[in-house]
Amino acid sequence: MQILDRRLNPSGKSLENRQRFLRRAKAHIQRAVREASQDRNISDILDGGEISIPADGLNEPRFHHGPGGIHDNVLPGNKTFSEGDILPRPEGGGGRGAGGASDGGADAEDAFRFMLTREEFLDLFLDDLELPDLAKRKLADVEHEGLRRAGYSVSGSPVNLAVTRTSRLALARRIALRRPTPQRIEQLEAELAACEDAERRAAMRAEIAALKTRMKRIPYIDPIDIRYRRFENVPKPVAQAVMFCLMDVSGSMSEHMKDLAKRFYMLLYIFLTRRYRHVEIVFIRHTDKAEEVDEETFFRSPATGGTVVSSALEAMRRIVQDRYRPQDWNIYAAQASDGDNSYGDGELTASLITNAILPVCQYFAYLEVGEAGQHDNPVMPNSALWGIYERLATEGQALAMRKVSNRSEIYPVFRDLFQRQHEGKAV
Amino acid sequence: MERLYQGAEWDFATLQRIHDACEEIGLRELGLDVYPTQIEVITTEQMVDAYSSIGMPLFYKHWSFGKHFTQHEALYRTGLRGLAYEIVINSSPCVCYLMGDNTATMQALVIAHAAFGHNHFFKNNYLFRQWTDAEGILDYLEFAKRYVARCEERHGHALVERTLDAAHALMAQSVDRYPGKKKLNLRQEEERERRRRNHKESSFNDLWRTVPTGRGKNVAELSIDRRRALLGLPQENILYFLEKNGPRLAPWQRELLRIVRHIAQYFYPQGQTKVMNEGTATYVHYRIMSRLHERGAISDGHYLEFLQSHTNVVFQPTWDDPRFSGFNPYALGFAMMRDIERIVTDPSDEDREWFPAIAGTGDAMAVLRDIWANYRDESFIGQYLSPRLMRDMRMFQLHDDPAETEGILVEAIQNERGYQRIRRQLARRHDIGWIDPNIEVVDVDLMGDRRLILHHNVVNGCALEEADAQRVLQHLANLWGYDVLLREIDSSDTVLKEHVCSPRNAVLAAA
Repeated sequence: MQILDRRLNPSGKSLENRQRFLRRAKAHIQRAVREASQDRNISDILDGGEISIPADGLNEPRFHHGPGGIHDNVLPGNKTFSEGDILPRPEGGGGRGAGGASDGGADAEDAFRFMLTREEFLDLFLDDLELPDLAKRKLADVEHEGLRRAGYSVSGSPVNLAVTRTSRLALARRIALRRPTPQRIEQLEAELAACEDAERRAAMRAEIAALKTRMKRIPYIDPIDIRYRRFENVPKPVAQAVMFCLMDVSGSMSEHMKDLAKRFYMLLYIFLTRRYRHVEIVFIRHTDKAEEVDEETFFRSPATGGTVVSSALEAMRRIVQDRYRPQDWNIYAAQASDGDNSYGDGELTASLITNAILPVCQYFAYLEVGEAGQHDNPVMPNSALWGIYERLATEGQALAMRKVSNRSEIYPVFRDLFQRQHEGKAV
Repeated sequence: MERLYQGAEWDFATLQRIHDACEEIGLRELGLDVYPTQIEVITTEQMVDAYSSIGMPLFYKHWSFGKHFTQHEALYRTGLRGLAYEIVINSSPCVCYLMGDNTATMQALVIAHAAFGHNHFFKNNYLFRQWTDAEGILDYLEFAKRYVARCEERHGHALVERTLDAAHALMAQSVDRYPGKKKLNLRQEEERERRRRNHKESSFNDLWRTVPTGRGKNVAELSIDRRRALLGLPQENILYFLEKNGPRLAPWQRELLRIVRHIAQYFYPQGQTKVMNEGTATYVHYRIMSRLHERGAISDGHYLEFLQSHTNVVFQPTWDDPRFSGFNPYALGFAMMRDIERIVTDPSDEDREWFPAIAGTGDAMAVLRDIWANYRDESFIGQYLSPRLMRDMRMFQLHDDPAETEGILVEAIQNERGYQRIRRQLARRHDIGWIDPNIEVVDVDLMGDRRLILHHNVVNGCALEEADAQRVLQHLANLWGYDVLLREIDSSDTVLKEHVCSPRNAVLAAA
């Protein structure tokens, strides 16, 4: 008998099978993930969690008997029946008492619940999204380096041992120094065994001994043969990007609208922090005056007041000027508002956005939030801000705008705004 | 005798002591004959792992195993289901997995159960001897795993996955039910595959393609009978048929079908011996543990712990219990083994009448060993289910005929008039030929439209489940490459239903 302890073996042997399964179920899972993200608290999204997907598409069909037909079944536990009794059929077709093993076939497994890890969840959640037009690349802080093969070296760590190169050198050296081959010695030994002549035998013995010492002196692999693969650090160009989040928190924004706007920024925040290491995020919120805040304040703390959109744009322009040189940075902005602006600010807003903001931005996304069902109403006139932006967009500026009035629309709109553009509209 | 262990803790020395003590009782007192054992201690996660690839320690990669893993894991995590205490593999050496979290008593129980009970059964039962190659299975699985991986490298994941999906769907209909000419030898099998491929590669000469051939055989010259004989029809082993005759399959796809078919064949005996196999193992662990307790090798407390697990395992809820889901093979098997022991050692007049050959012969183990070696569930129940046990378990038979509008008839109960009928019916419900749909390939016109024709022989009006049958046929058509027709035919040769399926794009046509 033999006892083996396998507990220390690497776990996750079925990881690959699991990944294959996920790949196969991807479409279903993505839909489920999106649905799950609607009713979930946004901070929970980061935690992954349980997902339920329909089992079809993943089924493994087999031939098996369907319902119907004559069944004879033997069961344990007869308490009251006598031979010849007639029992009423259970409701809803062959239930437990009668059908026995025959039921519980195909539809026993209607949905399939399982846990996704946090990483798996986010991967699926943010799949196929990217910042558009990430064009300006620059050698940023040397933090980002890649390794590149750079020939061979005589010293290095054992993991980098270049086996082929080493044995090639060893072979060359062995040939050059005429190291006798084991075959040669074997051959001589065979001859020796066959040989009768005493003198000749002595000569051969001497030769074999000489060959053997020679073989010992010339090692099979010598330290001078050994080569290691050499790697060099190469700085890699990094695309630096900054995202400006501009949110209207004025009194005209209802709780519902703020919730929508915050959800949108949460998604954006998750997306940027998960996907890009070199993205800075600037949070600006505004009422009739704008202020740059940290994320905690941005998402959590309340504020109220009038609405002057240009104040936020002005703040953004100032920050760009101070900290983010447009030559080096890819600049993005996402603005969420209910579209109200104080009368008289329209001109200023339009000129700011045309002359100061859009020229430095790679992409500007505008999200107009409304009361539930508001945007379905075709009679409602466009808001002040929407009118301005629409005009700019038709002029061909890199500006995208969407309206959102329901929670469930947030994710689709978000995806829509940041969907990877395959044909690529490179600058 | 000295105590084997104290408390719940154990180490490898304890396992060794337990194993040796079990071995002494098992081999000497019970006269078991086992393969050498290899005990492997694993974690719960590894146990779930092993579950999902049908209990095999190494297996090729396929998404369906990932799906099972995910299902098992979810059930286990949420506490809906505990894990099996052990998994045992029919191989030589016989591999038994023990969970690291088990207590010492549980390990003793598992060793007695798996390393002696199942092990003896695997080595001696005629079905396993006939159909499986315990020596070769691990090597063969290793080969299968490598082969599948290599196919994936060469031909892409998607193509391999589709081939395997289709093969898996047909797995249950791809076993030889009657012993063939030769015993399965998986090691040779692997060697053969390699040689065949090398030969093909070395003897390939493109010139042969250009050599003019004689006029092909006239279609009309081949009579239907002759054609069917040439193709070996009717054929019940569908994957075998496809492997040999599928017109559109690449050589590697044939080999994949062959692998799946071999694995199905390897598991074929297990499906037919659930009651006996579990009954044997449960009976053996019960005997060994009781004997250990008698000798003082385990304490009263530990024996009680064992009894609790044991009674959980052999619990049989009655039909009206919400927990009921058919006969528990452990319970039925164990009860029958105990009952046979009773008949041999202390028979009643009724037993003498029913079992004249074994009643009162005195040596229970000799009788049981003989039964373990020479029966499968169906024949075992058909011969050894005693009236006494039917009474104890209060068995009764229901006859459910949809044509009878009044309801379900109680056909037989546990009395003189009913014993034979109940026994016959219960045996039949454990007959794999009766449970699995009987489907065979009956004809194909290789010269004409190449449509493959299969028949399902319907028994008692039990037709196939429509949706799944259609899906399986789709897989079959994809493998075959042309139309497939499945007729459901009852005993009087009337066609009840026809399913037709065309291959969906040439997904499986090798690139």
